[in-house]
Amino acid sequence: MKQLKSFIRKEFYHIFRDPRTIMVLFFIPIAQLLIFGTVIKNEIQDIHIAIYDQAKDETTQKITNKILSSGYFILEKNLENINDIESVFRLGKVKEVIVFESDFGEKLTKEGKANVQLIADASDPNMARLAISYTSGIINDYVKKMHPNLQLPMQLEPEVRMYFNEEMKSAYMFVPGVMALILMLISAMMTSISITREKELGTMEILLVSPLRPMQIIIGKVLPYLLLSIANAFVIVLMGRFVFGVPILGSFTLLMLETILFIAMALCLGIFISTVAKSQMTAMFISMIVLMLPTILLSGFIYPIENMPEVLQVVSHIMPARYFISIIRAIMLKGTGILFVWQETAVLIGMTLFFIALSVKKFKIRLE
Amino acid sequence: MDKIITVKNLVKKFGAFTANDHLTFDVYRGEIFGFLGANGAGKTTAIRILCGLSTPTSGDIKIAGYDIYRETEKIKKNIGYMSQKFSLYEDLTVSENIRLYAGIYGIPSKKAKEKEAELLEKLEMESARKKLISGLPLGWKQKLAFSVAIFHEPKIVFLDEPTGGVDPVTRRKFWDLIYEASNNGITVFVTTHYMDEAEYCNRVSIMDAGKIEALDTPGKLKEKYNANNMDEVFLKIAR
Repeated sequence: MKQLKSFIRKEFYHIFRDPRTIMVLFFIPIAQLLIFGTVIKNEIQDIHIAIYDQAKDETTQKITNKILSSGYFILEKNLENINDIESVFRLGKVKEVIVFESDFGEKLTKEGKANVQLIADASDPNMARLAISYTSGIINDYVKKMHPNLQLPMQLEPEVRMYFNEEMKSAYMFVPGVMALILMLISAMMTSISITREKELGTMEILLVSPLRPMQIIIGKVLPYLLLSIANAFVIVLMGRFVFGVPILGSFTLLMLETILFIAMALCLGIFISTVAKSQMTAMFISMIVLMLPTILLSGFIYPIENMPEVLQVVSHIMPARYFISIIRAIMLKGTGILFVWQETAVLIGMTLFFIALSVKKFKIRLE
Repeated sequence: MDKIITVKNLVKKFGAFTANDHLTFDVYRGEIFGFLGANGAGKTTAIRILCGLSTPTSGDIKIAGYDIYRETEKIKKNIGYMSQKFSLYEDLTVSENIRLYAGIYGIPSKKAKEKEAELLEKLEMESARKKLISGLPLGWKQKLAFSVAIFHEPKIVFLDEPTGGVDPVTRRKFWDLIYEASNNGITVFVTTHYMDEAEYCNRVSIMDAGKIEALDTPGKLKEKYNANNMDEVFLKIAR
């Protein structure tokens, strides 16, 4: 126990005396959260739209003019057939289609109620969400001015439909995403680098010759990063809550337990990388290319998995972050309990065990 | 004399390549045993096996009376090791390094504190106690690395080319430390390229292509090979 204590103290010296490590541990998480948080809240402009106007009356014409003169939208095409909607989306240029029902103006004045359907290409979900809210805002505004006696927003019912990604899954996606990314970075990359550094410097031999058991060496390496990762997870969740207003609907304890599970998985992955990599550079490269990029691109963090080509969808199944993000999202945004995320949790536990087994096997072979 | 290391038919193969081909030798308690050979002769492979960093393909080996296959944990407590690569942590201070090793070897902190003060006084490094290793001259680092390797008073210390890249004066001073350790009863097992250092050893073995070609005191080897110094002996054996 005393052995382990001395060893862990040494690890903390390493961490707190290296400015680069400090950067990675304490500044990058916050910087990334802020960057992703603000970049995703983008303004929209010049969105190409198509209009399927079944009414073709004065009201719809005026609404159309108002939308087009807003500066956010460019009319690409007037559609004449319901089947054209799908094909116009397939071409890719048109991001939103506005459908007015027949006799729109007449219904609005007589019944005080008319239907307009807004369909958006949600392969870029963030943009789609913005386009929809801008459009419905403009329509509501018009109707309110023209018919001040009508009670809004009850009367005009914009029916929103997201094409390709029905549930609009990227809302608030970035907080769980950044969390996965940061934890992966700290846990897997930093541990693998710190272990390979000892190999490079030759100090690992000294440790292996000493009475420290390999398991103690691993625990000593991993424990400081486990603690720092948990601290970071806290900061991210709190910043998400108070800076970006991402709610935490589910159990906070469950959220943290799942987070610790993910950290454990990433740490084991880091140990595994260190048994494969001979130098710090290699360890960093493997972490960057094999972990970071796929975590960003394939986990559903930025690009919804549903929109990926099938091959990549299959590949995304081996991304641990995919499961973590979906767990965190379910707990934070949907408020679900363990009953709804047990499958993902089981996958993460399985991955953790897999990497532990692999690392122990590899680490036993030691330095040969 | 008391045997502290016995090696019988040590074989180490890497695939088809035989790095150590039936090595058999004994090391006596308290002696300075030189383990010589050209680069690639198999010295490092052998020393790593003796330290428990690597496992032999076959052979009977006992270190400090413990079997190398079954009693590795006991062996570890009784040996020290210093490699050709630098073995102190550059971002830790002198004192922190000493305390770390003391901790790893389970030396009680009160005793460690006393020994640390003693050691720094002996090395005349009290002023550097709170300095980072990275700021020390190479000679100091090496002396300190050696002192740390024997801080837990092991029965045997393994030195793998401890004086690589150091000037002759510093090397000479380093050997003073080795003699001192030897006088205190620590067996020293040392590999080196420097033939002048071979003269300092009680006995030397010379390896070539994975085999031990000669093993005796430097004086007897010079006699046997009709050479003036160890350099000539080495060249005659390694050709």
